[in-house]
Amino acid sequence: MRLKTFPGGVHPHDSKHYSNSKPIVSAPLPSRVIVPLSQHIGSPSTPIVQIGDEVLAGQRIAEASGFVSIHHHAPISGKITKIEKFPHPVGNFQMAIEITGDGEDKWIDLIDEPNYLDLAADELKSRIAEAGICGMGGAGFPTQVKLSPPPDKQIDTIILNGVECEPFLTSDHRLMLEHPEEIISGLKAIIKITGAKQGMIGIEANKPDAIKLFSDKLAKEANLAVVPLALQYPQGAEKQLIYAATRRKVPNKGGLPLAVGVVVQNVATAYAIHEACRYKKPLVERIITVTGPIVKNPANYRARIGTPYAELVALSGGTTEDLGKVISGGPMMGFALPNLDAPMSKGSSGLVLFGVKDAHDMKEHDCLRCARCVDVCPLDLMPSMIASAVKYKNLEMAIKAGLNDCMKCGSCAYVCPAHIRLVQWIDTGKIRWAEQQRAKK
Amino acid sequence: MKDRIIVSAAPHLHDRTNIPMVMWNVVIALVPALVAAVWFWGWKSLWLTLLGAFSAVAAEALVQKFRKLPVSVADGSAFLTGMLLSYNISVGAPFWLPMVGSVFAIIIGKQVFGGLGNNPVNPALLGRAFLLASWPTLMTDKWVPALNRAVKDGHYALSGMNDLSLIAADSLQTAFPKVHALLTTSATPLKVAQTLRDTTWISSLSPDQVANKAVSLSVFENLFDLTTLKSLFAGNIGGCIGEVSVFALLLGAAWLIYKNIIDWRVPSFYIGTVFVIAFLFGGIPGSSYSIGLPFFHIFSGGLMLGAFFMATDYTTTPLTKKGRIIFGIGCGLLTMVIRLVGGYPEGVSYSILFMNVMTPLIDRLTMPRAFGEARK
Repeated sequence: MRLKTFPGGVHPHDSKHYSNSKPIVSAPLPSRVIVPLSQHIGSPSTPIVQIGDEVLAGQRIAEASGFVSIHHHAPISGKITKIEKFPHPVGNFQMAIEITGDGEDKWIDLIDEPNYLDLAADELKSRIAEAGICGMGGAGFPTQVKLSPPPDKQIDTIILNGVECEPFLTSDHRLMLEHPEEIISGLKAIIKITGAKQGMIGIEANKPDAIKLFSDKLAKEANLAVVPLALQYPQGAEKQLIYAATRRKVPNKGGLPLAVGVVVQNVATAYAIHEACRYKKPLVERIITVTGPIVKNPANYRARIGTPYAELVALSGGTTEDLGKVISGGPMMGFALPNLDAPMSKGSSGLVLFGVKDAHDMKEHDCLRCARCVDVCPLDLMPSMIASAVKYKNLEMAIKAGLNDCMKCGSCAYVCPAHIRLVQWIDTGKIRWAEQQRAKK
Repeated sequence: MKDRIIVSAAPHLHDRTNIPMVMWNVVIALVPALVAAVWFWGWKSLWLTLLGAFSAVAAEALVQKFRKLPVSVADGSAFLTGMLLSYNISVGAPFWLPMVGSVFAIIIGKQVFGGLGNNPVNPALLGRAFLLASWPTLMTDKWVPALNRAVKDGHYALSGMNDLSLIAADSLQTAFPKVHALLTTSATPLKVAQTLRDTTWISSLSPDQVANKAVSLSVFENLFDLTTLKSLFAGNIGGCIGEVSVFALLLGAAWLIYKNIIDWRVPSFYIGTVFVIAFLFGGIPGSSYSIGLPFFHIFSGGLMLGAFFMATDYTTTPLTKKGRIIFGIGCGLLTMVIRLVGGYPEGVSYSILFMNVMTPLIDRLTMPRAFGEARK
């Protein structure tokens, strides 16, 4: 079988062995959760509860503050104890609602509608919006917005992203193995909403069991198929996945998959869509992998949104060595945190812990111009040129070399023999560019 | 807990390559050529090479001490520059020659511009150009015959020559004394080819010369018959220390490509261009076409050394993939222009130096179109 793939990219060791054979276990109810108001792309949600309010699990506590925004719900039942800035899983402090649990896990009323696929598309879409779902692969784009293309754009293909190309992470893998029916059902709901003709599930070759399982399940479905993909990073990046599966190129300079008639959703998002449509269950829990060379018992947990990372690490038996790096997300694109105080959010697919010896902080050398970064860039940009242009404050040049097209996959910095922090320079450039644009206005 | 948590930007993984790893791997890839040089010319090749390499290391360390910078000679880049410089001189050269060349290469070619990564042209080639301009006779006349080469009637130039053409060559003595002189010393094959080409281009030949033109042609054709090509490939010829054995250089090059240290584009397009031009224009008036001729051109002189080890220098070659193709073709064109119409028998180093200077321009003109960018 010839595996599909994209040009460029790198091949880090996938390190999935720590947790890919560990079945999902439900984490015990946390005594306290911290629900950030911004867990998604778009404007932060507005709290609709006050300190002292009693809430049920699944009850809405914050609502969308605009078109590109989502609702948030209480992950546990209990009392609102704080609404203030808390550590955020991206590494800074952001407004969040703290709920101190009552330990009873009292839920709002849920329904069960097995034949939900017969409902009208608009009803399904409103259930998704009600459930506060955003993309669960990391970027966190509000799902109901993604499923509402402008009327002039025709969607013909839905791709479910089961690639999970970040090393170490196995939450999507385990979800696919343990809940294939639900994911397929979620895919069908998305197809129904968008009116697409076909659906695909992209899975990387290091998950042969998942590829086999879905091939069997989809054997009788005329318009659904599994797309096995080569083990190559960043195979799960939206544009790369679309190219690998359909050979279509999403336009650069802010082009959306809509432009080529495709919508991509993470498999975990499809699962959440299924739960929202069938049970009207809001997105208050997800699968998260807690792993790393120093984690005593790496595992995949079904945990409530807002559970502090420290509790998850304690569940895994703590660490065998001193902490060197705490990574919220995967090691290629995740955020390094100063401690374990931050909570997990809707986009938290993993928490990776490194010991001191794996937590490298290498000295930058002058660029050798070896062009490795140019060779591996999956978007055909010139990373070293962007970095040096940013360094010498020549933003025009940085833009020409691709500053605004960069998705920060980190392939360039991964291979740089001079250890230049290319992604950091590019990020700096993006921030400076945004400041410059604001100043112009 | 004694946690020492590092907070840094993603990615948090690295493929663990570093500059010393890259540089020392290139040094390793150059070792087979050194072994070949020692085999053909004796231990002096090794001493010259080591002198060049360590002079470069010393020069770099001194400059960095003087500039109060951390001394970074352990990264191997100065050693490599010195080694490459030495590979560009003849084994007949005096011991001080590689030392002077290396010091010039490191100080003027590299450190003046800010050290590794900032030099505009290949320092080793700049050092060679400096030596060639300052001591032209030491650089071009001191070819030494290979030790284990059969010496027939004082004819050193081409071990592959058959007896017949050696006897024929003798009859050139009166008509073309220059050619004869070359054949009886240990000139490089390219020098012989160039002289033969010049000779046959002479418009007014004396009757004596006309009679011997056929001999001249037979000597020329002898340059690229199978026996000579075999010698060229193995290294049984006169030449610089590092360029003697094509086989040894290819061995090293294969290692570098396997280790993903050099890009295949520059050497492929460089050698390919030389091959095509030699095939089309490499002959001399009256000579027959032969597929051996382009092979003669790619096997001789510094082409293999230049294409795999100098034209692939990171700092002085283009960043873009398209740019590297243009760079390779440009080097090939210039090399052949110099070899076929220029005043030097060999054009590799000057063509690479020239293309080094063009590199920023090439990069600017070949900026890649971003993934998904509309065609204009």
